[in-house]
Amino acid sequence: MKKAYIPLAIFLVLVVFLAVGLTRDPREIPSPLIGKPAPDFTAPVLDKPDSVLTKKDMLGKVWLLNTWASWCVACREEHPLLVEFAKTKTIPIIGLDYKDKDADGLKWLARYGNPYDVAIADRDAKIGINFGVYGVPESFLIDKAGIIRYKQIGPFTEEAIRDKLIPLVRELQQ
Amino acid sequence: MKFWLALLLCWQSLGFAADAPALADDPVVEQRLIAIAEDLRCLVCQNESLAGSRAELANDLRREVRELIRSGKSDKEIKEFLVNRYGDFVLYQPPVKPTTWLLWFGPLVLLLGAIWLLIRTIRRTQAESQSPAVLDPEQRAKAQALLQENDSSK
Repeated sequence: MKKAYIPLAIFLVLVVFLAVGLTRDPREIPSPLIGKPAPDFTAPVLDKPDSVLTKKDMLGKVWLLNTWASWCVACREEHPLLVEFAKTKTIPIIGLDYKDKDADGLKWLARYGNPYDVAIADRDAKIGINFGVYGVPESFLIDKAGIIRYKQIGPFTEEAIRDKLIPLVRELQQ
Repeated sequence: MKFWLALLLCWQSLGFAADAPALADDPVVEQRLIAIAEDLRCLVCQNESLAGSRAELANDLRREVRELIRSGKSDKEIKEFLVNRYGDFVLYQPPVKPTTWLLWFGPLVLLLGAIWLLIRTIRRTQAESQSPAVLDPEQRAKAQALLQENDSSK
């Protein structure tokens, strides 16, 4: 009987949908900013509060914007990986200290190591909101023309750096 | 013990009261903020609206929306501001566009499919019950044979 298999077929379709659903992380909200110009910003430098860094300063380079904070637990997990990655001098890494006290951020960097070429302060989350940050750590790979090419939601993993970030950097640097 | 618990509860509620942002700042702005923020999702606690969430991010986003209201932006422009940064996901009512067609019209298609199946099944059962069982000569002969066999075995 062909008809007897219909409920089974419907059930299997449901199972496939649910199985695919399980592999997706509901916390990962795709960013609409990928492929679009990074928002303009002017941010005070963490250890030199009188000087600022702007988006223009970074034009012509492929660079990584990493959002972090001294109060962020997942950042501590990610941090050693960034320190290692920074040693390879592949690209400049700019650290955006999100909703933090400057002094706390500096203390944190002194304690856990500083992978950043420049660390900048986003005391009231204004820059973070323009980048669509909803939970640190988040990172953005920005190309020479200032276009956002990749967003890492949550902490970087060894695999993400090796399999996604580095190949993309190589491609964009050419 | 009870007394201390009660005290603790009181103290906690005081704490919350102190946290609450000043609502009376500008009642008109606040009213518009609530109207807009109720249609928006808090990205940290995704089942809460931006109006009701206590998450830090929701606080900051409400502050942004407040500023946009004060600078004279329309509701549509404010929602666009957030969609440009966080995507359609911030809207509790997603826009109708090709990628959301399945979401918007899928249930309707399923409903129409179910109605069609229901009608077909009803018609079939009706047709079956109305037409008397008719046997062709061959079947009739077979039935006869079976009945006779039955009789002779008694």
